[in-house]
Amino acid sequence: MSKRLVITGLGATTPLGGDVKSTWDAALAGTPGAKTLEHDWVEQYDLPVTFAAEVAVEPAEVLSRPETRRMDRSTQLGMVAAREAWADAGLEDADVDGERLAVSFATGIGGVWTLLNSWDTLREKGPRRVLPMTVPMLMPNGASGAISLAFGAQAGARTAVSACASGVEALIMAMDLLNSGEVDVVLAGGTEAAIHPLPLAAFANMQALSRRNDDPGAASRPYDIDRDGFVMGEGAGALIIETQEHAEARGATAYAELAGGAVTSDAHHITAPDPEGQGATRALRRALASADASETDVTHVNAHATSTPLGDVPEYVAMKAVFGQHLESICVSATKSQTGHLLGAAGAVESVLTVKALADRKAPVTINLDNQDQKIPLDVVTGSPRELRADDQVGICSSFGFGGHNAVAAFRTV
Amino acid sequence: MADKNAILAGLAEIVEEETGLETEEVQLDKSFTEDLDIDSISMMTIVVNAEEKFDVKIPDEEVKNLTTVGDAVTYIANAAG
Repeated sequence: MSKRLVITGLGATTPLGGDVKSTWDAALAGTPGAKTLEHDWVEQYDLPVTFAAEVAVEPAEVLSRPETRRMDRSTQLGMVAAREAWADAGLEDADVDGERLAVSFATGIGGVWTLLNSWDTLREKGPRRVLPMTVPMLMPNGASGAISLAFGAQAGARTAVSACASGVEALIMAMDLLNSGEVDVVLAGGTEAAIHPLPLAAFANMQALSRRNDDPGAASRPYDIDRDGFVMGEGAGALIIETQEHAEARGATAYAELAGGAVTSDAHHITAPDPEGQGATRALRRALASADASETDVTHVNAHATSTPLGDVPEYVAMKAVFGQHLESICVSATKSQTGHLLGAAGAVESVLTVKALADRKAPVTINLDNQDQKIPLDVVTGSPRELRADDQVGICSSFGFGGHNAVAAFRTV
Repeated sequence: MADKNAILAGLAEIVEEETGLETEEVQLDKSFTEDLDIDSISMMTIVVNAEEKFDVKIPDEEVKNLTTVGDAVTYIANAAG
């Protein structure tokens, strides 16, 4: 028996801003988050891609020095977003039972900076200088563990790791925890901090990254005919999800309902999407079914839309298969045009944006869409935010990842 | 014999960097675990940073004998000759 689940707190630190408000305001205005990287290592390694979307606010400005020393950058960003969501939900002063509080926090890559910095230390200075905290800092569950510790969550600390689908998958794992009846509140989300020369070189060699080095702000252009790859981003998003019963009992206000969600796997190719989008189609259908929603309830989709030539098309194919004629009435936002691609945090940040869109009845804009690819005839929100209708409706957030992962979450207005 | 005051000051900086404690709190009579709440992992980080800063070796088996800040200062002073 599935319970009614509501979202009562939001947190984010992104290339657009250091919190939800600044990120949301920028997303409505249409703000390119990507910039030329100012690090010595760009020139040192002669990287083929010289730009990315780094967070607007360095976590070291927000966290204490011991915290930054003992947490990988990915955990630092996750902690910043988690704290905002926790405070936003009014949980600082609430009496939450730790044994019924869980964490579900995702990452795509985990502590890649720690892993590679430690390897550099070993080679340059020897094994004695390798930090004793190296393992807990680099492990993919580092963020979920640290967050569970910070908030006293004793009902489980799960880590979704499904590449760029991780952030949405974390929400679906949160639903499972809440529907088990053993948990009242989940601090869910995703984080990523992988703007390091190695992942940049590796993604570039896959031909996955945009090479628009001379104009970083125009590089992430989902659905545009001249798109040439995604833009690496970093950041974190966090959501407090609780049973409606628990939220009502403590008098909390809900932004939206987490109505449903589903994951599927393509079993088609390790990196390439199924051109027919069959896995994505099944995920969409199952997410709507679990939300007890019909296709026509959906007014808004925050699409995965990474800006790769191949990837943007199958998602449209899947949406067309599920929504048919009604797709013309759905407004689509491709916010990676602004934030870049936050990998394992993407689905978490985009879920925050989807929830904000439903709560404020406003869909954020897609930038850089100058010539829409005719193979993708979606109603894309460009120029200025789109007003959503006033009555009850459903918004969708989709994420897909290397490995053939598809994850779709369905949110409903409250 | 190295200057113990200089060692204390340098060690206090290392402790501050690792734990966020004010350098003034790092006094000779303070216990790393009881007074400064430093766990074994932080202690190892402090030891390794001290080895580099003072150009000494502090074997792992010696670390458990360094109960107080004063113990560490004395050990480093002797090891540095």
